[in-house]
Amino acid sequence: MQVPARFEYERANSVPHALALLERHGPESRVIAGGHSLIPMMKLRLARPEVLIDINGLAELSALGVEGDALLVGALVRHAELLADPEVGRYFPIFHDAERVIADPVVRNRGTVGGSLCQADPSEDLSAAFAAVRATALVQGPGGVREVPIRDFHRGPYETAVEPGELLTGLRVPIRPGAGSAYEKVERRAGDWPVAAAGSLLRLGDGVIAEAGIGLTAVGAEHFAAPEAEAYLVGRAPGAAAFAEAGRIAAAHCNPRADQRGPAAYKRHLAGELVRRVLTRAAARAGSPEGEE
Amino acid sequence: MTEGTTAAPMGFGRMHRKEDARFVRGRGTYVDDVRLPGMLHGAILRSPYAHARIVSVDASAAEAHPGVKAVITGETLAGMGLAWMPTLSADVQAVLATDKVRYQGQEVAFVVAEDAYTARDALELIEVEYEPLEPVIDARRALDEGAPVIRDDVEGRTGNHIFDWEAGDREQTDAVFERAEVTVAQDMLYPRVHPAPLETCGAVADFDRVTGKLTVWCPTQAPHAHRTLYALVAGLPEHKIRVISPDIGGGFGGKVGIYPGYVCAIVGSIATGRPVKWMEDRSENLMSTAFARDYHMRGEVAATRDGRILAIRVKVLADHGAFNGTAQPTKFPAGFFGVFTGSYDIEAAHCEVTGVYTNKAPGGVAYACSFRITEAVYLVERMIDVLACELDADPAELRMKNLIRPERFPYTSPTGWEYDSGDYPRALRLALDMAEYDKLRAEQAERRRGGGPLLGVGISFFTEAVGAGPRKHMDILGLGMADGAELRVHPTGKAVLRVSCQSQGQGHETTFAQIVAHELGVSPDDVEVVHGDTDQTPFGLGTYGSRSTPVSGAATAIVARKVRERARLVAAAMLEASPDDLEWSVSETGGRWSVQGSAEHGRSIQEIAMAAHSNLELPEGVEGHLDAVTVYNPPNLTYPFGAYVCVVEVDPGTGQVKVRRFTAVDDCGVRINPMIVEGQIHGGLADGVGMALMQLMAFDEDGNHLGASFMDYLLPTSMECPSWELGETVTPSPHHPIGAKGVGESATVGSPVAVVNAVLDALRPYGVRHADMPLTPANVWSTLQGEPLRTDLAIT
Repeated sequence: MQVPARFEYERANSVPHALALLERHGPESRVIAGGHSLIPMMKLRLARPEVLIDINGLAELSALGVEGDALLVGALVRHAELLADPEVGRYFPIFHDAERVIADPVVRNRGTVGGSLCQADPSEDLSAAFAAVRATALVQGPGGVREVPIRDFHRGPYETAVEPGELLTGLRVPIRPGAGSAYEKVERRAGDWPVAAAGSLLRLGDGVIAEAGIGLTAVGAEHFAAPEAEAYLVGRAPGAAAFAEAGRIAAAHCNPRADQRGPAAYKRHLAGELVRRVLTRAAARAGSPEGEE
Repeated sequence: MTEGTTAAPMGFGRMHRKEDARFVRGRGTYVDDVRLPGMLHGAILRSPYAHARIVSVDASAAEAHPGVKAVITGETLAGMGLAWMPTLSADVQAVLATDKVRYQGQEVAFVVAEDAYTARDALELIEVEYEPLEPVIDARRALDEGAPVIRDDVEGRTGNHIFDWEAGDREQTDAVFERAEVTVAQDMLYPRVHPAPLETCGAVADFDRVTGKLTVWCPTQAPHAHRTLYALVAGLPEHKIRVISPDIGGGFGGKVGIYPGYVCAIVGSIATGRPVKWMEDRSENLMSTAFARDYHMRGEVAATRDGRILAIRVKVLADHGAFNGTAQPTKFPAGFFGVFTGSYDIEAAHCEVTGVYTNKAPGGVAYACSFRITEAVYLVERMIDVLACELDADPAELRMKNLIRPERFPYTSPTGWEYDSGDYPRALRLALDMAEYDKLRAEQAERRRGGGPLLGVGISFFTEAVGAGPRKHMDILGLGMADGAELRVHPTGKAVLRVSCQSQGQGHETTFAQIVAHELGVSPDDVEVVHGDTDQTPFGLGTYGSRSTPVSGAATAIVARKVRERARLVAAAMLEASPDDLEWSVSETGGRWSVQGSAEHGRSIQEIAMAAHSNLELPEGVEGHLDAVTVYNPPNLTYPFGAYVCVVEVDPGTGQVKVRRFTAVDDCGVRINPMIVEGQIHGGLADGVGMALMQLMAFDEDGNHLGASFMDYLLPTSMECPSWELGETVTPSPHHPIGAKGVGESATVGSPVAVVNAVLDALRPYGVRHADMPLTPANVWSTLQGEPLRTDLAIT
């Protein structure tokens, strides 16, 4: 039987309370939300926090919906909620594409958006999706809320911009009317972590690409993004050749490592292939005749 | 219904499983549900190294930890003569390491504490000093000159060679190869996989210091064999040992042997005088309990240019891990791999198998492999497709041309196996018709012209050899592979059947009740099946190798017939007639003996049972009641078979494979409960998809296990499985009392190669002839680049 080492447990009843508990218990405490990464690691004794601070009761972190010209996703929104929300699907089909291939329904019912991003696993699907749409992370500390562009949020594997004593409270994603987005993942089996995955957002104007966002995960892409490929696309007409070239550029700039999911050359190939595919699909969703669902 | 010759299932057919009433309510009792007063909890410290010398073990801090009751080390056990235990292959295995550790995850020390948390905490306080040694990870290097010697515990051992074994006629085979028009050869690996049962292994041991009786609850597929082994190893008197195998959450062969944890729990209970529970976790299960396969094979086929197969030649390097612990009949070190000529009428065949030690966990026979028939079927069915490639022949036609014809049965194979019965062409034709094979080939041709996902069609035809076995040829550690059955009939005619096998999900409580019900003309609800408790059941070797219905099922039918014959004598006394004048009949009201030609002069089985317990003057040969006992020693194995067709789509841009359809025609002789048969086939087909596409148990160069969790060792889900399309033919076994053949492992044996053949068929336009399992997206893509992965080693 896998059993964790000894730990204490605190239940937060508000965000300020959670922040106070974080301050009181210091760096050996960990926030727990869905627990789908932290608890398995504790049972394997790879993680041994002295105190767990449970934020599951914080309703103020569960908001999900359009606020002004942005989509607001609370940190405690469960994967299943993001997947079920029709507004999310209308403005950002990338999230529904991604959520359909994240883990399984049991995990999605409990796991949270904020937990996924804060775990900062280098293979996290949502990290790539939020990078593609250039979200803004809302991080609250004793001094108030600060806004962190998502591409500054992830500092490296398992490392984020959330400082000790701070809490990710939510994400804001600007809505671009008419934009298309998509996500595609290669996995060894339903529910597995990605071998590689890519997401994209395309906004078209005057027959050319006005904005391109590309997210990549599991292939060692810095900040889960492909800025060189994005820069290549902006101002160009959408089309198969441009998308393939963007894929090549993205593949050239990522840094995949071999593991049991595949050799580095294969993952690099996938980065290019998947970027090409999600751009093609995003273009179709943005209304381009060059796209393909 | 004529016994044993009918195509219809036996009486009561698709009745619901009796055991499900408790399982669907969550009321099963598994080992971890056993909670005894005063029970302590054990945990095992395992080696982080694949190969290292143990310099010292210091358990003092753990012993001083609050709540710890005992710490047992290899040294403790050595003092009791229990540091090593015999394996099922006449080797020895360390219970707790004394000299060296020989695989990552090997057992080093055992802590007994008040609760599982404390036991786990205390493991971290044990200080072990290791001196790391170079490990042997690649089986192909195990016999190299200068390779580290893993088993230096055996005096005089200078290398890692375990055994050589051969079958068939080498000279005759070589001669056929010499003159053959066409020969093909292919290297292939059946990689190491793990049965990964939902319930991991564990034990509760309770040694009673007053009575000297030891009771062990553990999920064993062979409770009686365990009891005898405990008696022989530990020197405990056998009548003072009771092994109880409660509900088991899946076995697949991985719960046949005795694991070090069981012995540790027993020693812990003896040492503390209290019951001790030990339950392994998932990683422990995957790292240390019986793996399966790990056969590095080279197959060769000799044929005529028009596709007549003449001979097969095979060389195998078998990776047995650090201890030779495979569970198989003594005379068969390579299991039943000798049936590698498969379902084909072949002139000559020869194989050589060499077993080697490596720094990996012991095992080899598990995961529903029918004692290595899985490897044999994989080899021959892959070779048929390789030959089809070479001849540019259709793989279905090539199989049809070479299948053993029905008139050839009983058929003696070139390696000496006597196949009992079969109509192979009928089964293959049915499978091809169900799958609409010609249409599939037309669609494939269309796709190859038009682009899009690649379409692949794979076929396998397998023959199983199950129901081990005739005790003259087959034993495990000297225990003949026969099984017992006892049938008690209470005065009201309700019956209790006691059998030596033990269900791990096969539904014995239902099917064996159905056999008795059929033979006695009673309702299956009136028959209770008792199994899994050595104090309550007759001796026998248990459930594995698809042997329950072929052996225990036969014992059940025979013991019921014995009861029926005793009932005849009692009925004759009741009717004041001669037993010879009575005839047996089963009508809607049940079974009865009556005077020939006058059915009204009869007695029901219930009336007879009551009379057998009454003041009726009993005839000669009946002391009272109807109870009977038997032991069944099978005259031959039974040979189920089947034809499978798998259809896949492959995305050449990503290497992803989707199984679109799977058609499985199985012939397991007479079916008792077709629903249960189909359930077992569904499970085996899912297993096959898993092995073919995702189950990966590789080791890096240091011997680190790279598949030690369900994040790394993937089991298939419903998302990877199509809706199975099943068909059947029925060819009864001529020597089994009810004509049944066994089916538990058929689909696991037959399906992996159908999936592999389908994927490789899809890749054929790329010049691909072979790639090893698992055909993960990475492996498929690498194969398309001309560089298939070596799947037993770390991907670099």
